[in-house]
Amino acid sequence: MMRLSWFNVTSLTLGFAFLYLPMLILIIYSFNESKLVTVWAGFSTKWYGELLQNEAFLEAAWVTLKVAVLSSTFATVLGTMAAYVLVRGGRFMGRTLFSGMIYAPLVMPEVITGLSLLLLFIGIGLDRGVLTIVLAHTTFSMCFVSVVVSSRLLTFDRSLEEAALDLGCSSFEAFRLVTLPIIAPAVISGWLLAFTLSLDDLVIASFTAGPAATTLPIKIFSAVRLGVSPEINALSTIMIGIVTVGVITASIASKRNVLRQQNEERAAAQS
Amino acid sequence: MNQSVFAPWDDPTQKPLIRFKNVTKRFGDFTAIDDLSLDIFEQEFFALLGPSGCGKTTMMRMLAGFETPTSGVIELAEQDIAPIPPNKRAVNMMFQSYALFPHLSVYENIAFGLRRDNMPKADLDARVAEMLKLTRLEKFAGRKPHQISGGQRQRVALARSLAKAPKLLLLDEPLGALDAKLRQATQFELMDIQEKTGTTFVIVTHDQEEAMTVASRVAVMDEGRIMQVETPERIYEAPNSLYVADFIGEVNIIPCTLRQTGEDRFALDWLEGQAPFTAISNRSFSDGQAGHLALRPEKVSISAERPADAQNTVQGKILDIAYLGNLSTYHVEIPGGRIIKAQTANTRRISRRSYTWEDTVWLSWTPTAGVLLEQ
Amino acid sequence: MQRFILIAVPYAWLLALFLVPFVIVFKISLSDIALAIPPYTPTLKDGFAAFVAGLDFENFAFLASDDLYWKAYLSSLQIAILSTFMTLCVGYPIAYAMARAPEEWRPTLMMLVILPFWTSFLIRVYAWIGILSSEGFLNQFLLWTGIINDPLTILNTNAAVYIGIVYTYLPFMILPIYAALDRLDGSLIEAAEDLGCSRLQAFWLVTIPLSRNGIIAGCFLVFIPALGEFVIPSLLGGSETLMIGKVLWEEFFNNRDWPVASAVAVILLLILIVPIVLFQRNQQRQAEEET
Repeated sequence: MMRLSWFNVTSLTLGFAFLYLPMLILIIYSFNESKLVTVWAGFSTKWYGELLQNEAFLEAAWVTLKVAVLSSTFATVLGTMAAYVLVRGGRFMGRTLFSGMIYAPLVMPEVITGLSLLLLFIGIGLDRGVLTIVLAHTTFSMCFVSVVVSSRLLTFDRSLEEAALDLGCSSFEAFRLVTLPIIAPAVISGWLLAFTLSLDDLVIASFTAGPAATTLPIKIFSAVRLGVSPEINALSTIMIGIVTVGVITASIASKRNVLRQQNEERAAAQS
Repeated sequence: MNQSVFAPWDDPTQKPLIRFKNVTKRFGDFTAIDDLSLDIFEQEFFALLGPSGCGKTTMMRMLAGFETPTSGVIELAEQDIAPIPPNKRAVNMMFQSYALFPHLSVYENIAFGLRRDNMPKADLDARVAEMLKLTRLEKFAGRKPHQISGGQRQRVALARSLAKAPKLLLLDEPLGALDAKLRQATQFELMDIQEKTGTTFVIVTHDQEEAMTVASRVAVMDEGRIMQVETPERIYEAPNSLYVADFIGEVNIIPCTLRQTGEDRFALDWLEGQAPFTAISNRSFSDGQAGHLALRPEKVSISAERPADAQNTVQGKILDIAYLGNLSTYHVEIPGGRIIKAQTANTRRISRRSYTWEDTVWLSWTPTAGVLLEQ
Repeated sequence: MQRFILIAVPYAWLLALFLVPFVIVFKISLSDIALAIPPYTPTLKDGFAAFVAGLDFENFAFLASDDLYWKAYLSSLQIAILSTFMTLCVGYPIAYAMARAPEEWRPTLMMLVILPFWTSFLIRVYAWIGILSSEGFLNQFLLWTGIINDPLTILNTNAAVYIGIVYTYLPFMILPIYAALDRLDGSLIEAAEDLGCSRLQAFWLVTIPLSRNGIIAGCFLVFIPALGEFVIPSLLGGSETLMIGKVLWEEFFNNRDWPVASAVAVILLLILIVPIVLFQRNQQRQAEEET
């Protein structure tokens, strides 16, 4: 067993302190009584209460959620299709362009994606609102979904699909009955990734949102420009809490699955 | 003999189940199958044997419908199968990786193909139960593929591909993933199931022992061509080429010049100043033609004294002894520096072995022991 | 038929919502600003001949002549390069220590690195405002320890931008390096030491070269988004922080000069093509090495 040297212990401690202290401070001070965010004045949950009274924030949160659910669902469908085409599509006209368009949004600065989509929506006379944000988010997050799903498809044993065909499936049935259930975990993590990206996005939403629809990040951004506020701290704490619970639950669940499978395989090999 | 031997390939009135007619398959510049013709008959257990890359898997995939021939025709029951997609063919395949659906139970895996045909529930249950019984998997019907052992997975794959009662079952290296002991037991199980169901089996393998054990006929392939199609005994005892002789089992190859001395007798000059060997062959060779004598090691006897009545004898020195438990192989250097392998059964304990390293011994064999092959 | 639909739907979507918008950006970058809706000229309403005739490279000439834009591009490059280097210096020891940690800790450590990635980017940047401001926690701490007597001005300077970039992109640096180091066979180091290397020499001659692919991937993953970054400079940076993402935003939203904003975008894209192509090459080579 390798022992950790003092150097490694130090870099881990400092590294994770750097990663987590800012968020920890944010969380602690969301329970601060005082309006002055850097002076501790006793424990209180009053900012959470105020947050729940804030109509504008609640409205924006609702819009954000709607956009995230819709766009991540569309993105998952389109991204899975695109991944399938990339991995299994064989050759077709404009394949290079297609794969280019899948990978380009991953590295494209958000300002450019946002600007170009806005100019398109204006060009075709589409009113900016929930619809335009959903279209924009679907476009860039479908690329992330397709990267996640295609990396799973690359390791997928192709003979499973051939076996399904051999046993009488049409190619669509083979996808529905065999491929999809097996790659489902990757599709679900693709959906989660798209959902988070959509919840998180400020820049593209700012370009494509109209006065009719404002998302939470836009609201937070305009509030934060004026400085730190305990209400935003409270909001951030809630968001961090949700993500933390989600990620930890997911990783524990997947670890349990792996362990169970390993145990069963061991038992099967011994029988 | 009142019980006729199963040999439809010798009966000109029999119609083959599968017929390859001048089939060629190219992948880009690479020719996987080169103008190949072959008949396979109903109820045969047919083995395609060859090294990897010889085209045997391509042939199987063309039968299953995953590849189409570049030219030529493949017929199943006298029908061209080219236009029939894999899901409509009365052909099922057992995959090398088994390709069991990991998200479905053993029962559902076996029922998968039947469900595609919308078989009524009662019939389906009965058919799956029959398959489970045939492959002795009744206890495991509810398990998932990762919850059973490798040998059980192999049987699930077999049951699944047999469930639809295909006219033809293709087996791609079906025993490749099993360990040696299990493989032997499974070979006999496969033969038993093939006999019970009466299905035509085509098996692809690179393991000659496996092909010899299970198959009614073996096709030895190399570089997209079939070198020889024969029963296992004939392949072993009467190979038609150096390639086949060398590929199947161990063999001594002795280059020589042929002289006809009788109706089917030949004298073989193999080294200047040495007495010629004698061999019997019903093939015809011209005098002075160069050829090869292919001689299996177990047909060469070894003795301390020159055998009085043997027609082919040669003296040599033991260089090496490979002890294989049941057999010992002696590597004997004969005049001219050639090394001949001779095999003897170890009927006695090794401590009483008759010969050892550096001993001078006599090798002998009968005129019919070897096979004469052309250049 | 099924295959056609499968290809056509995502293809058409990307053409319409990814490629066409770029063509539009490119086209507008060649147009002139106008007091109209939309605020540029010419449009296709003017007829095709007039439309083509109305396009010119004026905006690019303008960008070249005004040194604000030159400086913005150069300072974006400078900030992106420096902060990438700083992220590497912070990230490498963490990734190294993770790869050396006991086997049973590693999944947890991995999760701890990934967790911030799932947390809102905006919130993570925001967290630093309270720390870096003149009455923020960092200054309070430094004053308390007596290292300084007067509060430092960090917020709204380039220093804050560097800290923000290092902080938010750190997981992107750690993960590929960790992946490379994790695959590294420990006996290679032992072999190097056995052959007479000191620990430091073994690290320099074996560990670093063998984690090269991870380092390169991590650097690109930080550099590429940092170059076009908008949120960090606008929240943590000051008025003297010039980054091209911010300039584009202001040109568009504050000055409402769409043609110049489009031209800025086109140039930014041209600058990005080189690192993106290099990154793709690196990934491809890595994939080939693995097979």
